[in-house]
Amino acid sequence: MKKNAFTGAEMVVKALAALEVKYIFGYPGGSVLDIYDAIFQQSDFEHILVRHEQAATHMADGYSRATGKVGVVLATSGPGATNCVTGIATAYMDSIPMVVLAGQVPTNLIGDDAFQETDIVGCSRPIVKHSFNCRTLEDIPNTIAKAFYIAKTGRPGPVVVELPKDILMPHNKGEFHIETDVKMRSYNPTKKGHPKQIRKAVKTINSAKRLVVYSGGGIVLADAAELLTELVETLNAPCTNTLMGLGGISGTHKNFIGMLGMHGSVEANKTMANADVILALGARFDDRVTNNVKKFCPDATIIHVDIDPTSISKTINAHIPVVGLIDIVLQQLLDELKESNYHINQQANDSWWQQINAWRALNSASYVQDDGKIKPQRVIESMYKITNGKAYVCSDVGQHQMFAAQHYPFAKPRQWINSGGLGTMGFGLPAAMGVKLAFPDSHVICITGDGSIQMNIQELSTCLQYNLSVVIISLNNRSLGMVRQWQDMIYGGRHASSYMESLPDFVKLAESYGHIGMQINNLDELDEKLTQAFEIKNRLVFVDVLVDELEHVYPMQIRLGAIDDMWIRKGEKA
Amino acid sequence: MRRILAILLENEPGSLSRIVGLFSQRAFNIESLTVAPTEDASLSRITIATSGDDRVLEQIVKQVNKLIDVIKITDLTERSHIERELLLIKVLAMNEKSRTEVKRITDIFRGSIVDIGKQIYTVQLTGDAEKLNAFIETMGNETEIIESVRSGCVGIGRGEKALRV
Repeated sequence: MKKNAFTGAEMVVKALAALEVKYIFGYPGGSVLDIYDAIFQQSDFEHILVRHEQAATHMADGYSRATGKVGVVLATSGPGATNCVTGIATAYMDSIPMVVLAGQVPTNLIGDDAFQETDIVGCSRPIVKHSFNCRTLEDIPNTIAKAFYIAKTGRPGPVVVELPKDILMPHNKGEFHIETDVKMRSYNPTKKGHPKQIRKAVKTINSAKRLVVYSGGGIVLADAAELLTELVETLNAPCTNTLMGLGGISGTHKNFIGMLGMHGSVEANKTMANADVILALGARFDDRVTNNVKKFCPDATIIHVDIDPTSISKTINAHIPVVGLIDIVLQQLLDELKESNYHINQQANDSWWQQINAWRALNSASYVQDDGKIKPQRVIESMYKITNGKAYVCSDVGQHQMFAAQHYPFAKPRQWINSGGLGTMGFGLPAAMGVKLAFPDSHVICITGDGSIQMNIQELSTCLQYNLSVVIISLNNRSLGMVRQWQDMIYGGRHASSYMESLPDFVKLAESYGHIGMQINNLDELDEKLTQAFEIKNRLVFVDVLVDELEHVYPMQIRLGAIDDMWIRKGEKA
Repeated sequence: MRRILAILLENEPGSLSRIVGLFSQRAFNIESLTVAPTEDASLSRITIATSGDDRVLEQIVKQVNKLIDVIKITDLTERSHIERELLLIKVLAMNEKSRTEVKRITDIFRGSIVDIGKQIYTVQLTGDAEKLNAFIETMGNETEIIESVRSGCVGIGRGEKALRV
């Protein structure tokens, strides 16, 4: 036997080690058992055994969002791989770097409808950045290296690598060689913004009277929060973040005017609507931001910076497009501003802020805590105080997500982790588990609801196995809150299938998985019990908070209106 | 508006299906599509005939460009270019009169008869889509068309500029 000869399965493991992977998330099955055997015999990285492959993808995703590293998933062929589809789509929509290694039946059986066969490359094609069919064992290391490179460069995204069983098996061996410094002739993402466009952008900023900075998830992905803050301070401009961009500038910064969009603050949406120049940074003019595109900010000159040319002028026409990496372009903008001897137009800036502060004074996300029922907003505020604003908050999807986005001012990027683009219920708990693995000493919260938590609740078992002491705070309103809110507002209050008539006893449920369960149904005990929950360090705590089931999320854009056409309370327009 | 796109991409398994998938996912129309490896076997070249206004076309071009396998894409209709399509057509040639007529039309259109059966001639013709349409119409007026197949167009820009690595 040749020296340095390895099986395909060993090559997978060696490649992951060479790429400095620390955790992979997966579930074994026939076609990948050779890889599992190779994982068993190494100590470079840890494998986390999930209870459902969808959760593996969300864990890898959460891990990636919190650390900036590539999240790695291992699934078997057929059902294992198809169970990953929702998680892949979630990562794709939010541009999260992820590599999914999917087993496949042996090459000679592909296409025969063999046991546990699906064409996962075909299934996932519309929701991946790229995919590979690996056909020889010698290809394995460099294919995995390429997958990592593609996943994390340019506009990041998920990459699927399909590995047929025969190239993994022990009877075949080959030499291991990996090029971690990947170069590809067909893929060279643009990094630097075009200097002419940068000059044009700065000229437009220089002449602006009502400037606004609208920044999205791209800021977070590029770790460009400090540069963004510097730019906003240099310009003394108001800055609004998208749901994905929260933490891009500190939530308590004086220039931050809150989130924009469907449940954004009135001041953010009004500022956008009345701006004469919009500087959009790593944001994609999602329909949850723009509302009716025909009525979108008619007077504004739009400067749009994005790494992905397809995002520019897709829904809203950009007057000055700049393609490049956000951190590099931000530095270029700052340099050019200095070069152009930029001075704030004090008079225009003052009157712009006066106007914005008047909108701010409406206090549009406020709520009334009158009767004894616990308002969900109040829970988030309490959570913020107890954790000193320092927790990682991983959210599921629904009203609780919006309440958290509105009422927990995130100081830093990567602190707020949620499924923005796809809106995947069931994301919160596994994502929080991925974050907890990355930062075991930090408070990691899964903010969820009685609907969302049940979509991946089996992972409580994984939490027990790896002692992941996440704090789950479930805003239990005995219904699918956001669905019901829409039914209240749009469907004449007909609650079709939005009421959960058979909820489990969440306390007992948590206890049955070996965790601590806690219920809060009285406002008076809210702070005390939440404090207790956060004091418990080495156990998972499931806090079931019975909140006011009638509460709606406000403000909310009026359907098909302009960006700033908003309801601020039931029946009251801004 | 009709457009001819030329795409140079890595000759990898799945790269064609990614292009086709992209068109169908985004509801872009494909009128015709031709593909084959180039003189460098590691590269494939695709010609796609599609239609859409400037805005749609800009998205198509950007989306195709975004695919990892794609090296270059160009809109040939933006400038002077050569466009060709191959037609194979089987027509009824029952008697002397119709055989003469088929031969005559084929000659006028500079096609060639590539197969002869007892009652059927097969004609090969290349040209742009308009020429092929005219040929089919003329032939249809003279005799019965039994079967036809068209390759879809291939295109190349005129002059110095070339689509290459």
